Amino acid sequence: MFSDSEAEARITDSRRRSDTPPDGAPSGPLASKWTRHKDTSKLISPANRRKYTIIVVGSGLAGAAAAATLSEQGYNVKCFCYQDSPRRAHSIAAQGGINAAKNYHNDGDSVHRLFYETIKGGDFRAREANVHRLAEVSALIIDQCVAQGVPFAREYGGLLANRSFGGTQVSRTFYAAGQTGQQLLLGAYQALSKEISNGGVKMYSRTEMLDLVTVDGHAKGVVVRDMVTGKISSHAGDAVLLCTGGYGNVFYLSTNAKGCNVTATWRAHKRGAYFANPCYTQIHPTCIPVSGAYQSKLTLMSESLRNDGRCWVPKRKEDCGKPPASIAEEDRDYYLERKYPSFGNLAPRDIASRAAKEQCDDGRGVGPGGLGVYLDFADSIKRLGRKAIEERYGNLFQMYEQITGENAYEQPMRIFPAVHYTMGGLWVDYNLMSNIPGLHVLGEANFSDHGANRLGASALMQGLADGYFVIPATLPNYLATQKPGAVSERDADFKRVEAEVNERTSKLLSINGKRSADSFHRELGLLIWDKCGMARTKEGLTEALRKIPALREEFWSNLRVPGSGDQFNPQLELAGRVADFLEFGELLCNDALQREESCGGHFRSEYQDEGEARRDDDQFSYVAAWEYTGDLSRPKLHKEWLEYQEVHFSTRSYR
Amino acid sequence: MAVQKTSLDLTLKIWRQAGPDAAGRFETHEAKGIPDSASFLEMLDIVNERIITEGGDPVAFDHDCREGICGMCSLVINGMPHGPNRGVTTCQLHMRSFRSGDTIWIEPFRANAFPVIRDLAVDRRAFDRIVQAGGYVSVRTGSAPEANGLPVPKQDADAAFTAAACIGCGACVAACKNASAMLFVSAKVTHLNLLPQGKPEAQKRALSMVRAMDAEGFGNCTNQYECEAVCPKSISADYIRKLNRDYRNSSLADIAG
Repeated sequence: MFSDSEAEARITDSRRRSDTPPDGAPSGPLASKWTRHKDTSKLISPANRRKYTIIVVGSGLAGAAAAATLSEQGYNVKCFCYQDSPRRAHSIAAQGGINAAKNYHNDGDSVHRLFYETIKGGDFRAREANVHRLAEVSALIIDQCVAQGVPFAREYGGLLANRSFGGTQVSRTFYAAGQTGQQLLLGAYQALSKEISNGGVKMYSRTEMLDLVTVDGHAKGVVVRDMVTGKISSHAGDAVLLCTGGYGNVFYLSTNAKGCNVTATWRAHKRGAYFANPCYTQIHPTCIPVSGAYQSKLTLMSESLRNDGRCWVPKRKEDCGKPPASIAEEDRDYYLERKYPSFGNLAPRDIASRAAKEQCDDGRGVGPGGLGVYLDFADSIKRLGRKAIEERYGNLFQMYEQITGENAYEQPMRIFPAVHYTMGGLWVDYNLMSNIPGLHVLGEANFSDHGANRLGASALMQGLADGYFVIPATLPNYLATQKPGAVSERDADFKRVEAEVNERTSKLLSINGKRSADSFHRELGLLIWDKCGMARTKEGLTEALRKIPALREEFWSNLRVPGSGDQFNPQLELAGRVADFLEFGELLCNDALQREESCGGHFRSEYQDEGEARRDDDQFSYVAAWEYTGDLSRPKLHKEWLEYQEVHFSTRSYR
Repeated sequence: MAVQKTSLDLTLKIWRQAGPDAAGRFETHEAKGIPDSASFLEMLDIVNERIITEGGDPVAFDHDCREGICGMCSLVINGMPHGPNRGVTTCQLHMRSFRSGDTIWIEPFRANAFPVIRDLAVDRRAFDRIVQAGGYVSVRTGSAPEANGLPVPKQDADAAFTAAACIGCGACVAACKNASAMLFVSAKVTHLNLLPQGKPEAQKRALSMVRAMDAEGFGNCTNQYECEAVCPKSISADYIRKLNRDYRNSSLADIAG
């Protein structure tokens, strides 16, 4: 079944003591932990729930699902998003699908298999109990979404269809053409709308969280800016849920929406929350290559395309400029099939991305600047017919043509890796609570379940698992220790943070320098992509760590933000986000520097065996949880050593 | 692979408006040397970057995913919501669709129910309120039956998916001389009412969503099909016919009690 060489290297060294808070998972057999945890978790009685106010920041899959479900249970929910409608959160752009261990194909899938593949896909850097729980609730998510009217693809018999995805050998991915994220988000958005209509959720759109408020060490509220009026105000609650997505835009160019940012989690970090594993960033192998310096974002082509598309480059450098059709079959290098015969074009993302980079580094890339590889559908079109390919990927081919002006039915797509997802995030325990009591973190915003690399179709699964099924069960463990409604926006702690936010906003507006926020963002992004992208070295990271503070200094002395704070001012919003990326980027590089191994999305050129990542379980099988010390250049590292009960470390091989 | 590297010199007539109650006007900007492979929004980025460097007031516009799915970008370009190309959003429109020397008129989506926030950005929360009136299935998390317990004929599932592809951008409203939201409402009603999961609330849904639409100040449909022509997801105006039928049946049932 797996081609792993079972080179067992179980860690037994008792000197490795974690100095993070306990993860809070119950002891005992792995497969029954979640059931036992639910059975022993605290409950809040229905009559008391309405006395609690829960603040949910973000309205993507995790946020909308959590807000809707908590409201259904009777809590008061306040939900915030920066977009003009919660339906626009970037979960909407996920294309390929959502995994669930339903075993509808009778092909050997099971909860254990999904669990194991996720741990292995994450290169043995995820927490065992969390991942098992994720696999357990995966099937419930599909039930829930179908009941909401999510129009998943179906077979002629009327039952749900599945496809396979990278890093797996079973068909467990549910999908709605190339718009799975859209349909799942609309399901969650509609559930949220139902609860807004029922009065349980108060929705604040075009409202951006700018800081976290803690009272006696507990997260009790947020300070937000109304992006239309510019008014800065506080919202108090009994717990805060950050569901604010990832930090991929630190690279400037990514597949994230333009508005995606690190501000909410970074502000929480500066208020004491540990930031875990920021160096685990996912570079997606199949994106449309960069076309010019003005480029504002990169567009993903779903990984599902690799089910029917074959990756290749010319064998000879001199063929790279020729039209692809003129290159004979024997002159093509189907490099994934060559290097990884058992997974072929379905090798996991990190591996497929690095393989593409390798070919381009070798001078055999295609398209402008030689930064691209072909993804060719000719064989599949010959085998299945154009109509079948159109049915599976029609919207993707259309999107590709819009952007490049090329028809992928007639010539191969050109693709190149791009930043897509970030596995790192705020540290959370088994209850999804950070080290700040009351502050819970869901979805991509937490460091969670994907270890050093996320498998395709697992982000939607995790966002919805956290929102629909995990947090509703675990949040009462915190709430039960709290007297509801104990704090108010009028308290001094809120006034103090509000004043700090006002001060920062005024400062951004008063620098009156010469450069736009966007120009700083681009410069930071290029630097991070260059030194902390697909391959990292000690030398490069050290250089980045020298340059980032200097760039930050220039930002604070030469930034120009037009307009005022009391108006709709997209430039001001951007400036605030770039300011935080300029701080966060340094932590990202620090984390990449300390992790002297290669694993998953983190590839240190010094630690490899002929291009394959060399992991070091003895030294680095821990979660790196960073504490803000007040000095951006000297964060404090806490380690949570990963202890595996059922899984044995093995070399991750897809050959 | 020959990649054309040409650039365009354009004259832009951009709508500027300080706030919802302020008077608006067109402002002229010369945009020179715009690469033809840039997207329309990247063209505006380039223009804004120049405005900022020169100490001016950049143009405010809505955008987010820039891959045609979030529905945040808007803009009426030369009189057409989302510009001249069929089946694409503004963010997917590329400058190769224009010629050097062109004058391009850029306006916000205009409708009483979509007040201007600033320049080209409008408030489309009316759409959210219409969905809140019934654009959902009332199922509580945790109460769902096994997903394959209820087969759905493939043609129904596919048809529901096609209707559900609506991104809620509001181009249909901006294109309609009556500023009607019938295409938006009919797409959601069709998506949910076609599926067995949506049937129990089908009548109520059609009635309450149409009433909410009227209350928001959207106009009536007079069958011009401008909405269908500009829809970036090519949502069919046939759904409006279906909605009218559902609405009539629901109204009769409502009157009959």
